Amino acid sequence: MSQENTRMFGKILIANRGEIACRVIRTARRMGIATVAVYSDADTRSPHVALADDAVRIGPAPAAESYLLPERIIEACLATGAEAVHPGYGFLSERASFVEALEAQGLVFIGPPAGAIAAMGDKIASKRLAAQAGVNVVPGSPDAIADTDHALSEANRIGYPVMMKASAGGGGKGMRLAWNDRDVREGFEATQREGLNSFGDDRVFIEKFIESPRHIEIQLLGDKQGNIVYLNERECSIQRRHQKVVEEAPSPFVTPQMRRRMGEQAVALARAVGYHSAGTVELIVSGADPTGESFYFLEMNTRLQVEHPVTEMITGVDLVEQMIRVAAGQTLPFTQDQIGINGWAIENRVYAEDPYRGFLPSTGRLVRYRPPPATLHQAPFAQSEAGVPLNAAGVVRVDDGVAEGGEVSIFYDPMIAKLITHAPTREAAADLQIAALDRFVIEGPGHNVDFLSALMQHPRFRSGELTTGFIAEEYPEGFHGAPADAARQRVIAAIAAGIEHTHQARARRTSGGLNGPPPLSSHWVVRMNGQSLDVTLGDGHAMVDGVQVDGHCDWMPGQMLAQADGAVDGVKQSLSIIVRRQARGWRLTTQGASHDVLVLPAHVAPLMQHMIEKVPPDLSRFLICPMPGLLTRLHVAPGDAVEPGQPLATVEAMKMENILRAEKSGRVARIAVEQGASLATDAVILELE
Amino acid sequence: MSANIAELERRRAAARLGGGQARIDAQHAKGKLTARERIDVLLDDGSFEGYDMFVEHNCTDFGMAEKTIPGDGVVTGSGTINGRLVFVFSQDFTVFGGSLSERHAQKICKIMDMAMKVGAPVIGLNDSGGARIQEGVASLAGYAEVFQRNVLASGVVPQLSLIMGPCAGGAVYSPAMTDFIFMVKDSSYMFVTGPEVVRTVTNEIVTQEELGGAVTHTTRTGVADLALDNDVEALLAAREFISFLPASNRADAPELPCDDPWDRAEPSLDTLIPASANQPYDMHELVRKVLDEGDFFEIQPAHGGNILCGFGRVEGRTVGVVANQPMVLAGVLDINASRKAARFVRFCDAFGIPILTFVDVPGFLPGTAQEHGGIIKHGAKLLFAYAEATVPKITVITRKAYGGAYDVMASKHLRGDFNYAWPTAEIAVMGAKGAVEIIFRGLSPEAIAEKTREYEDRFANPFIAAQRGYIDEVIMPHATRRRIALGLRMLRGKALENPWKKHDNLPL
Repeated sequence: MSQENTRMFGKILIANRGEIACRVIRTARRMGIATVAVYSDADTRSPHVALADDAVRIGPAPAAESYLLPERIIEACLATGAEAVHPGYGFLSERASFVEALEAQGLVFIGPPAGAIAAMGDKIASKRLAAQAGVNVVPGSPDAIADTDHALSEANRIGYPVMMKASAGGGGKGMRLAWNDRDVREGFEATQREGLNSFGDDRVFIEKFIESPRHIEIQLLGDKQGNIVYLNERECSIQRRHQKVVEEAPSPFVTPQMRRRMGEQAVALARAVGYHSAGTVELIVSGADPTGESFYFLEMNTRLQVEHPVTEMITGVDLVEQMIRVAAGQTLPFTQDQIGINGWAIENRVYAEDPYRGFLPSTGRLVRYRPPPATLHQAPFAQSEAGVPLNAAGVVRVDDGVAEGGEVSIFYDPMIAKLITHAPTREAAADLQIAALDRFVIEGPGHNVDFLSALMQHPRFRSGELTTGFIAEEYPEGFHGAPADAARQRVIAAIAAGIEHTHQARARRTSGGLNGPPPLSSHWVVRMNGQSLDVTLGDGHAMVDGVQVDGHCDWMPGQMLAQADGAVDGVKQSLSIIVRRQARGWRLTTQGASHDVLVLPAHVAPLMQHMIEKVPPDLSRFLICPMPGLLTRLHVAPGDAVEPGQPLATVEAMKMENILRAEKSGRVARIAVEQGASLATDAVILELE
Repeated sequence: MSANIAELERRRAAARLGGGQARIDAQHAKGKLTARERIDVLLDDGSFEGYDMFVEHNCTDFGMAEKTIPGDGVVTGSGTINGRLVFVFSQDFTVFGGSLSERHAQKICKIMDMAMKVGAPVIGLNDSGGARIQEGVASLAGYAEVFQRNVLASGVVPQLSLIMGPCAGGAVYSPAMTDFIFMVKDSSYMFVTGPEVVRTVTNEIVTQEELGGAVTHTTRTGVADLALDNDVEALLAAREFISFLPASNRADAPELPCDDPWDRAEPSLDTLIPASANQPYDMHELVRKVLDEGDFFEIQPAHGGNILCGFGRVEGRTVGVVANQPMVLAGVLDINASRKAARFVRFCDAFGIPILTFVDVPGFLPGTAQEHGGIIKHGAKLLFAYAEATVPKITVITRKAYGGAYDVMASKHLRGDFNYAWPTAEIAVMGAKGAVEIIFRGLSPEAIAEKTREYEDRFANPFIAAQRGYIDEVIMPHATRRRIALGLRMLRGKALENPWKKHDNLPL
């Protein structure tokens, strides 16, 4: 290995924040390199600042005034003596001018050369370059189509199905799918008209329509000596509105032969632009073509990707370490034939967005933040080129950049953490995700942990039949918790009764009793999900509606996380449950669903039949001012569609800003008051339809 | 002998049926439980000991002599809640509409007298159409007998009222004088005069629910402390609530076995106070993270939300918590908040419950509504309550403690035992800008800004107060629970008495 042939940096600066800054700092520290963090005013208390050896404030909270300012980064380097800059992802990571500015100061960019960034930064130019380098590109018409006849000939040349696309079209507008000549004849002119009417541009192009599209990407790593290797693929088909949610490596769709073909094309492209450092070639792959021949160039990302850990897990290569070594001029310590695949890795992105409320982004204070116990805190790779030794239990890795008491800020990406699992098989890695997600405690902002668990349990995810439309197709009506079958409901009911029993048994040991602790019946009725389950607790088992549930739950009063082990119908189950006490009853969260349960003593439960179900009065149509104050801002106008949780108005009271949010979705019917008005308590601010 | 036993059983069965199956069904149809069903939910299973089951009224007018039902509309007795003795009366709406007769009142008085004698809480389950009109003044006398006992019992044993049906006219004054009132939504109401009379006298048209329902009394008036969805939830809530309270003013507060470490550090509290002074934060987080297991039983959560009041435990022992809530009106003190907290503080003091006070208060709410509503007298109630309280008092200033409100909120000067401040505390007469504008009237805006910075540097911190000993220690937020637990341990032996007086003269 010739990695020691060059002097290593003494100090580097990480021009980023959050989990990726922490991730880079950890590897640098392991390599003996000092680190400098930069931070905006919103990040004064963020973990990456505390983790680095040195930290420099670079401006106010908005990224445009801090993390996106090259001159601030350079000033920070000069002030602290950092020799190189790792850009992470986002912010300045793909800005060629930033690389040039660094180099002009004699600083090293830990990433690809400026020329490669520029070449791949332009969508059209990069596609042309890819085609020249021999990479498959989506077949399409090179120029705008003149008329229907021209469209027909182009469509036949490309091969059906094709997409007719207005040049400025997007989001479903000005786009038409054609399966045959008749569709083209009927639709071409309409597409032109739509383009003209919607965008003032009637140019239309035709492109091959990719059926059952999958997003698969190739990880590349190159050095300055011209060695370039591919580190297998990642599949990132599970996306929501083009935002990746789940990533895995390898892909369940890719065969060794396909992998080699994709990898070699990607390397050819990188070579064509003189690439070094880490990079990713994104491909769109037709899942409808079982030969695996239908993969096409989408774009090249000239940076470290968010989802890079799954590649690290299966290859045993610390990508950040190699980026730093390459930047320092060292050669890659391995060749293509030394890159293997060890097991399966899955990454779930934990976002501050609420799947129960239309995936509305959520921000705010992390009142509780307890990620699942990680068996791997950082990337301790490098020692083993053959990959991390993997036992059957697998590995859990948490890449995060937040802490309990921290803030999910409105200014930056709402990602809270990345949960990565690595196991011998895809099944095992997914099971490990479910188990780890069950132990992920987040209170404060809404989050998608339940949703991620539901994805991991979804039969279609399990089958590997993924497309980029997965979430839209499988959750057309939104998300309402992962389905819990009868057996699981019985287990949850038994656990709930056990928790209530423990709680009440303790309450009976309150001091000052008349005759010592009164007896406590072990017969309970659990009301959850609109049904009542009859539970009798025994020693090491419970009878739930006449069915025996064997097991034990370790919950003690005050415990946030409980562990239950047992069996239903002879099938072993081990569950972690997040337990929250509510005003009445409990909220038990496990296996991708939250259950509100009320546990009643058996002698009380029958009386519930007389209780009248409360229908909440529908005040949600009105936005009511909760306090006297000044209406400083209206966030919506009449006719606007609103989603639950969306800010509607800001009221300033006692110099404090209070954001009032929509309780349900609807359309703004009228606004009752003007901005700047002084409002009394209960004043109607606006009304929804 | 067996015939006698059979007769007893027969009479018992008749008494248990109250006003008969048809009336029981009608009660159920309204979503209400019967008097005995309610007791079954409230008390430990099988612990109820009833008295006066065979009491009947003594009225002979209007043909009442022929109409007697054993028990006379109220079930009374004792039982246990989590093993602890309580006395209960439960009005039976199926018997003469639960109306109060002389004998009905005597039954209530009997258990109240017993409760005071032995030192145990009284829980009233109210569901009554009002006075037994046929009895005339005898019924009114009955009410007054109950009122008198409510007053004598006040501060001696805890009194809790659950309003589970109508409670109108003079009847409201018995619950009004008890310590806490829980109401059931939609099936209970309390008012002095009902909608009919209101319409005749003032021409206002109002429903029972709007005039005096559970929502009205727990949001607008503050007459009630908690609104619950139905009978079962209200009774289970009462079980939980009673478990925080001492049996009497002679008994120690109950202790619950607890494994929550007394010195549990909460590093996240170090970032609770936002970087920007004008940003609110939720005081519930601090309260929950300090108390055992995050368990906080809040009273009046929907009334006077700018101050939080409720019970919790530290090391298994009950504490009363009062905390300004920056999320609502910036935590300002106004009429509602002052009255709510004053009454709560006095309850704690009467029953020997230590008081934890968390302070982030910008002052008193300005405005004609407040001034003309008598904020002077109402604010004085809270001041008075804190000043007279002799129970252990621990105060933590998290951020603002401005002006007179600083003094009011269990300050050192009002005999606070341990007064702590977080490093983020600002103890001053008022906000820096306001202060500078008064001290340096007429200066240019630039000069004002300069002086404001100066004032902030000097006063926007806890150290001036700490230098004078008004703050015992500036503490790290994450150590708040440890400091409080330690303080409460030390104060277990606290002995402090106010000068003898017949009684004080609280600014009512």
